[in-house]
Amino acid sequence: MLYREAGQFRTSYAEDGRIFPIRQDRVGFALLVLVFGVAVPLLANEYWLKAILTPVLIFSLAAIGLNILTGYAGQLSLGSAAFMAVGAFAAYNFILRVDGMPFLLALALAGLAAALVGVLFGLPSLRIKGFYLAVATLAAQFFIVWVLVKFPWFSNHSSSGVVTAQEVSILGYRFASPEAKYVLTFAVVAVLALAAKNLVRSATGRAWMAVRDMDVAAQVIGFRLMRTKLLAFAVSSFYCGVAGALYAYTYIGTVEPEGFNLDLSFKILFMIIIGGVGSIMGAFLGAAFIVLLPILLDNLVPALFGDALGAGFASNLQLIIFGGLIIFFLIVEPHGLARLWQIAKEKLRLWPFPH
Amino acid sequence: MQFFIEVLIGGLLSGVMYALVALGFVLIYKASGVFNFAQGAMVFFAALSFVGFQEVLPARFGMEAGSAAVFWLSFLLAFATMVVLGIATERIVLRPLVNQPPITLFMATIGLTYVVEGLAQMTWGANVRGLELGIMDEPIAWLMDDYGIGVSKFDLFAAGVAASLVALLALLFQYTKVGRALRAVADDHQAALSIGIPLQTIWRVVWAVAGFVALVAGMIWGARNGVQFALTFTALKALPVLILGGFTSVPGAIVGGLIIGASEKLAEVYVGPLVGGGIEGWFPYMLALAFLLVRPEGLFGERHIDRV
Repeated sequence: MLYREAGQFRTSYAEDGRIFPIRQDRVGFALLVLVFGVAVPLLANEYWLKAILTPVLIFSLAAIGLNILTGYAGQLSLGSAAFMAVGAFAAYNFILRVDGMPFLLALALAGLAAALVGVLFGLPSLRIKGFYLAVATLAAQFFIVWVLVKFPWFSNHSSSGVVTAQEVSILGYRFASPEAKYVLTFAVVAVLALAAKNLVRSATGRAWMAVRDMDVAAQVIGFRLMRTKLLAFAVSSFYCGVAGALYAYTYIGTVEPEGFNLDLSFKILFMIIIGGVGSIMGAFLGAAFIVLLPILLDNLVPALFGDALGAGFASNLQLIIFGGLIIFFLIVEPHGLARLWQIAKEKLRLWPFPH
Repeated sequence: MQFFIEVLIGGLLSGVMYALVALGFVLIYKASGVFNFAQGAMVFFAALSFVGFQEVLPARFGMEAGSAAVFWLSFLLAFATMVVLGIATERIVLRPLVNQPPITLFMATIGLTYVVEGLAQMTWGANVRGLELGIMDEPIAWLMDDYGIGVSKFDLFAAGVAASLVALLALLFQYTKVGRALRAVADDHQAALSIGIPLQTIWRVVWAVAGFVALVAGMIWGARNGVQFALTFTALKALPVLILGGFTSVPGAIVGGLIIGASEKLAEVYVGPLVGGGIEGWFPYMLALAFLLVRPEGLFGERHIDRV
């Protein structure tokens, strides 16, 4: 009844090409931004902001990055955590070594640095496909982390390889409280997510999807494969790089190269699979799911079974449940949570009168 | 020169151990098109089960510890466990996911990895255990004395096991009815189905065989490094071998393993010191990548033909 597009006519090209053509969607989106951008930082407690909401946003950004590469351009990558590492350490070094470097500029430069590295490791994609490429991207994962560990210049010769992110300040305002950091993260993620949403609707996005569906056919009808694939790697790594920098500056505070390991890459991959491959919205849903699930299990397993199990047993049980749930979700809804949302919308259009 | 040969042989023999793990990947990928990331976890689970049964049998059933009977009974029980795991995987994970894109299946096997790792440690505990196969990890005396080349007896034994395993698999594939069906399924799922080969039975067989390979690999690796969680990382060692040799080729896994093992050890000794060491994590991948740039489907992989 509420969610119905009857009576909304599009009378110009601009109206037809909007991201949200239906008024209810626009209102809903504005409400969402208001809730998460204004209400949440005012109301939520510190634990939620620090341990749940900020990481969800950051991982969403990384998941959008991987989704662009895997979901839209069809190139499977297992190295997204490494590109996050590049972003984090690039931002650290830009701020450390350039006097008066503005934070947002450092963020953008970190993204660009990651994009550059991404293009480099994207080069094999021109010849290698499918799982061969996936395993080849593991080279990026291990090599980048090794370089960051082996050359102490990157961590400013810190003896343990751990770097502490500098204080974030923009135009003299210091982002020190969890609320401020959350708002900053939210703003960056919102802008980049909107940009991504527009990008995948553009000619570039369509070129990516053509390459994903069949690269030879795309080449035959005139897409330049090299440009398209490398652009996908560049944009994807840019997003991962910015996510990595945010991870260091607004979430964890101290990072080491080994923190960006293969497990993190897999987690990001899980996010896009569970959220929905080829969907920006899915990246958010998937990130929320993967961040919340371990926390939920942490609280649920002891609550259900008490301490009788012992810490080792409980952690193994969590491992089993986590893996089991992932398999379960893949079986029940292979197209991810975004698909569920789509089905819900279809249903809503007719609700409550189904005819 | 002696040193070079020693490193080379050591590398080749360790390559055989990588190949052992890679074999399990190849078997499953060939027959079902599933890139089974859980192979490493299966190696861990199999080795842990074997050691676990070896402990349980004397303790609970009064069998003589260290006797041959315990060894073979544990081996059989561990194999049975892997068969059950394989059948359960086919039934619970793979069957509902038939016709899904390969990436979904791949993700499912990563989920399976967590389940198997959790299950293994839940059942048998997380302690590091030793595994005794009765072969010493010491240099062969006459080679050492006459030529000054140190070749570990254990490595040689591992190579022998790998060779006989490959021979066994080759016999199974070439001369049995099941083997013929396996090859048919590997060639073309639909054609195999249409002439009446039961696909699901074949998948179960393949997972059981992969479980057997995992058990052998787990025992060898476990005897070498102790049975511990790190065994799951053998999968990461096997992946470059896999892409180098080609996902679908058993000889590829062996040759790939030899190439990776030898060049990894040589690089570690001759290149490693120049860049500060620790290169074994990424070097095999870079090497495999370099090979792939020349042959994108691996050395022995099926040539991929794109049709529009």
